[in-house]
Amino acid sequence: MVESQEDFVQKKETIIMKGNVAAAYAAKSARVQVIGAYPITPQTTVVEKLSEFVDNGDMPGTQYIKVESEHSVFAAVIGASKVGTRTFTATAGQGIFYAHEMIHWAAGSRLPIVVSIASRGAAPPWNIWADFTDVISQRDTGWLSSFCATHQEIYDEILMSYKVCEDHDILLPKFIAYGGFILSHTSKPVILEEQHLVDKFLPPLPSEEGWPHIWMDPKRPMMFGNLIMPSGFYYEFRMKLHDAFIRAKEKIKSVAKEFESTFGRNYGNGLIQEYKMNDVEVGVIIYGDLALQMEQAVDDLREEGYKVGMIKLRHFRPFPTEDIVEVAKKVKLLGVIDRATAFGSQTGGPVSCEVKSALHNTQGTANILPIINGLGGREVTLDQQKNQLKMLVKLYETGEIPKDIIHGTLWDGLLEVE
Amino acid sequence: MTDSDKWKKINKSVKERPKVQEYKNWKELPPIPISLPIEGSMGTTGDWRTFRPIISDGCNQCGMCWMYCPEGVITRMEDGSFKIDLKYCKGCGICAKECPSNSIEMVRESEIKDG
Repeated sequence: MVESQEDFVQKKETIIMKGNVAAAYAAKSARVQVIGAYPITPQTTVVEKLSEFVDNGDMPGTQYIKVESEHSVFAAVIGASKVGTRTFTATAGQGIFYAHEMIHWAAGSRLPIVVSIASRGAAPPWNIWADFTDVISQRDTGWLSSFCATHQEIYDEILMSYKVCEDHDILLPKFIAYGGFILSHTSKPVILEEQHLVDKFLPPLPSEEGWPHIWMDPKRPMMFGNLIMPSGFYYEFRMKLHDAFIRAKEKIKSVAKEFESTFGRNYGNGLIQEYKMNDVEVGVIIYGDLALQMEQAVDDLREEGYKVGMIKLRHFRPFPTEDIVEVAKKVKLLGVIDRATAFGSQTGGPVSCEVKSALHNTQGTANILPIINGLGGREVTLDQQKNQLKMLVKLYETGEIPKDIIHGTLWDGLLEVE
Repeated sequence: MTDSDKWKKINKSVKERPKVQEYKNWKELPPIPISLPIEGSMGTTGDWRTFRPIISDGCNQCGMCWMYCPEGVITRMEDGSFKIDLKYCKGCGICAKECPSNSIEMVRESEIKDG
C-alpha cells in the first residue's frame, strides 16, 4: 500500500535545469504516489531523476516500479491508478507506439494518469529529435494532450494537469509533450514552488479515497474491462468519453486562472495563448518549443512595422475550436505551423487540418496557409521564422505564392544540396 | 447528489450496489462499466455446456473439484457431499480431470435423457 507522504519538502527556489529534470521535479511536487519507469531517449533522464528522488528519500512512500517495456509501464500505472493513486510516467516515440494498446485501456477506464512525452520523430528512418508526430499519433485514444514551449511550462503544466484530470467530472488521462532534446536536454532557470503552496493548489490524494468510478479493494470486489454486447451500453460509454473532453475545456480554463492567481504565471486561457494579437493582419498558430522563438520573431517584425501576431496552441485535445474561431476573426491570413505529420490528410499537418475544420462554416475568418517545418529535429532558426512571417505578409498583401508549396502546404526549409 | 457522489457511495457500499443493467439511458451511466460479483451477472452460462459433470458414488468428498472449479458452481452440502449448479456450470471438465478418485464423469448433454 501507499504509505504516508508527509515528509515531502520543497522550498521556493530557482534552479537551472533540463526540461526532463523539470518534469521530474513537477512529479515530485505533485506528490506522485506510483511511478512506472522504462528508459527511452529522449525521456530517460525524467525517470532517472525520479529514481534519484526516490532513492534519496525525497519522495517517501512513493513506489517506483521498474518494468521491461513501455507496454508494461502503462499496464503498471493503470493498475496503480485503479487503486486510487496519483501516477506518473514518461515516454517518447516508439515507446508510445508500443504502449498504444494500454493507452486505450487507460482512457477507456477513465484513469487520471499524467504522462510527460519528450517528443521525437517516428521510425523508420530512426530519429530521436523533436517532432510531435509521436504524441499526435495517439490523437483518438481518449487522452488529453498539451504542448509545452518552455522549461517552466513543463513544470507548471504537469501540476495543472493533475488538477484537471482528477476532477471527478472529467477523469481522463493526459499527455504533456515537449520537443525532445530542444527542451528535454537544454538547461534554463525553472522556478520550483514551495511544497505547501503546491499542496494547496493540488491537494495530496487522501490515501483511502479512490476514484468515484473505480476502486480496487478486496473487501468490495468489482470487475472492470467487461465485455459489452452490441445491444449494451458500449456506444453510450464512448459518447460519454467525448462528453468529458468537451467539459474539460472549461476546467482547463479555470485551472489556468487559478494557477495564475496562485503562482503568478499566465498561460493564456489555458487552451491557447495569444501573443500580440491586437491590431494584427497576419498571424500564425504554432505549438511546442518553436512557439517561444516565434515570439521573438513577432517582436522583431513588429519593430520593423509588420502587423503580425501569434497564437500558441497549448492543448491539442480537447481542441479549442471556439477559441480558434474567435482569433481567426481577428486576422486576414493565418499560417498554421506544424512540427508533425498527418500523411494523406487534407494538408499533411495535423494541427492545420484541425484548424481548417474548426473554421469550416464560419463566415469572416482568416484564410489558412498550412506550414510544416522542423521535422525530425531539423533546426528552425529565428531568421527562418521571421521569413515565414514576412512571406505570409507578402502573400496577404500581393498574393505572391511562396515557393516550396507542395499540394497546398508550405514545406519550409527543404534541403537544397549544391 | 452529484453523479460523482452517487458513484462514490455505490462503490463503497455493498448494500447500495445496483443490479446489473439497471440503467435506462446514458445520463444514468457511471464513467465506466463495472460488473459487481453477483450471481448470474454474465447470464445463465449453463447454456454453453456440451458435457455435463456427474458425480458418481465413488466420491470420497475430498473437495478437490470444489477448489478447482473456475466458476465457483460447486457447493459443499451439509452432509459433506458436493452439488454442481447446472444453471451456471459451463461443462469445462476441470473437476473431472482433477478428481483424485475419478468419480466425476463428463456425459454429453444429448445423451442425458432427463434433459
